[in-house]
Amino acid sequence: MLDAAEIEALLLSLRISAVAVLFALPLAIAAAALLANRRFPGKSIVDGLLHLPQILPPVVVGYLLLVALGTRAPLGAWLLHNLGIRFAFSWTGAALAAGIITFPFQLRAIRLSIEAIDGGLGQAAETLGAGRFDRFLNLTLPLALPGIIAGAITAFAACLGEFGAIITFVSNIPGETRTLPLAIYSALQSPGGEAEAAKLSALSIVLALIGVTLAEFADRRVRVFAGR
Amino acid sequence: MSISVQLRQDFGGFILDAQFAIDRPGITALFGPSGSGKTSIVNAIAGLLRPQQGRIVIGDDVVLDTKSNLFTPPRARHVGYVFQDARLFPHMSVETNLRFGWRRRAVRADEAEFARVVSLLGLESLLARRPLKLSGGEKSRVALGRALLSAPRLLLLDEPLAALDSARKSEIYPYLERLRDEAKLPMLYVSHSLDEVARLADDIIVLKDGRAIAHDPVFDMLADLQFSELTGAPSHGAVIDTHITEHRVEDGLSALVFDGGVLLVPLLNRPIGNRLRVRIRAEDVMLAAEEPRAISANNVLLCSVTAIRETGTTHVDVQLLCGKAKFLARITRASAKRLALASAMPIFAITKSVIVDPQTS
Repeated sequence: MLDAAEIEALLLSLRISAVAVLFALPLAIAAAALLANRRFPGKSIVDGLLHLPQILPPVVVGYLLLVALGTRAPLGAWLLHNLGIRFAFSWTGAALAAGIITFPFQLRAIRLSIEAIDGGLGQAAETLGAGRFDRFLNLTLPLALPGIIAGAITAFAACLGEFGAIITFVSNIPGETRTLPLAIYSALQSPGGEAEAAKLSALSIVLALIGVTLAEFADRRVRVFAGR
Repeated sequence: MSISVQLRQDFGGFILDAQFAIDRPGITALFGPSGSGKTSIVNAIAGLLRPQQGRIVIGDDVVLDTKSNLFTPPRARHVGYVFQDARLFPHMSVETNLRFGWRRRAVRADEAEFARVVSLLGLESLLARRPLKLSGGEKSRVALGRALLSAPRLLLLDEPLAALDSARKSEIYPYLERLRDEAKLPMLYVSHSLDEVARLADDIIVLKDGRAIAHDPVFDMLADLQFSELTGAPSHGAVIDTHITEHRVEDGLSALVFDGGVLLVPLLNRPIGNRLRVRIRAEDVMLAAEEPRAISANNVLLCSVTAIRETGTTHVDVQLLCGKAKFLARITRASAKRLALASAMPIFAITKSVIVDPQTS
């Protein structure tokens, strides 16, 4: 049904998306916890910067990454020589780009669910002897779980579809950075690739439907857990 | 454990400026209308509100002193707080809720203590449930248990019954009464309901416009002729502390003894020896200068008049002392003149047993 190159693109897409979401998730939780229910000078600037990747054209994000992390860029060269981490023209770079582009999805969902938690619960926990970190771990995190999972699933789906930032930053290398959308694009570029493009598009649609169903299911289970 | 509280906070127009001390265990009611500053006071004691100026001492421990910029955060105050809306953690079972403060206690307690509180509040069958599945009364009991198990030095209760209907209230009363009668813990009970206060409190602090204007034992306060005027609350009637001594099943009556005599009330379904607070409304008491004979009323008590106060064009209120018990009678001004009522004069108070209102469920 699927040939080796198609399976490769599928698995690559899943891997890049999973890595992107998993690495961005803790950062999104930390940022959401900092932004929710708190005021500090410069909050709106921080807020705006964190949401920038969602507003900028993905190609611009890809370009900025290339400028910062390309092998000849100072930061990229430093990472490569000292830590052996290479983002340019590698699948890790694709994951980084996808993670940055979809970070605001996670941030927004998690922040909304943290802000929906009744502040009185935190006060009750305080009078029962729980300090700040204790309350974060035992109240905020479990009660925000519906939002965390919703954010992660949405971000995962968005990662699967990311095109502009990936192709700009890490190019379109079969087996390394050619995810499903890039494979569809390549198929359309080659003569007689329409059938191939249709097949991969159908695959993308199936993936999206699975994602939506999964999100719905997880949401219901988690809401029961969180007592909502 | 004594607690002293002095606070001043300007809420932009409304000024809270209260000072009081509690020096015995049991329930002290913080009584006043909505907006009189009750919740702000308990929030300041718990540390949830940091007042502009004030000093709060629990035992020897100064937890707030704005002069020396001292502020102990809530988690280090060891003050239990039962919120009006219970505030149970929705993602935890009842047992995990109960153990939340328990696990964070400074000194580990043994399981027997946990079991004791669970049984005191009748929570055995609820332990595995989620808060979402509890009734309002059950939530209150769990919140009370959770606070008790955190080993507080002082327990704050902010209108814990206000959200409950009267059936649910009478479900909670016995637990609070038991807690009060064990008399181990000072409790500050916020309420605007005179019924609750009359039934539960040992002492009453009256709060008005942000100030603590009176602080007396409940039996004295409710028999105070100025009480209605002081609080703006309608007359409630005095409360007398009694014990059940006898059930006269053939007459359908129970005998309640108090310092000053015996009251007969309709047969009670409670064991002999039980403590019982009895409310006597001023409107339900008649006065006689001579001992009445051949009268249908069961309760004739020899009292002395301690104070008289005119309350409008028709009535006077009379404060009576019977043994050490105080209560009130409301009679017409004409009757008072006919009886030539005067302070220190002996008088017989008559109240039908059926109208005595023992506040029991």
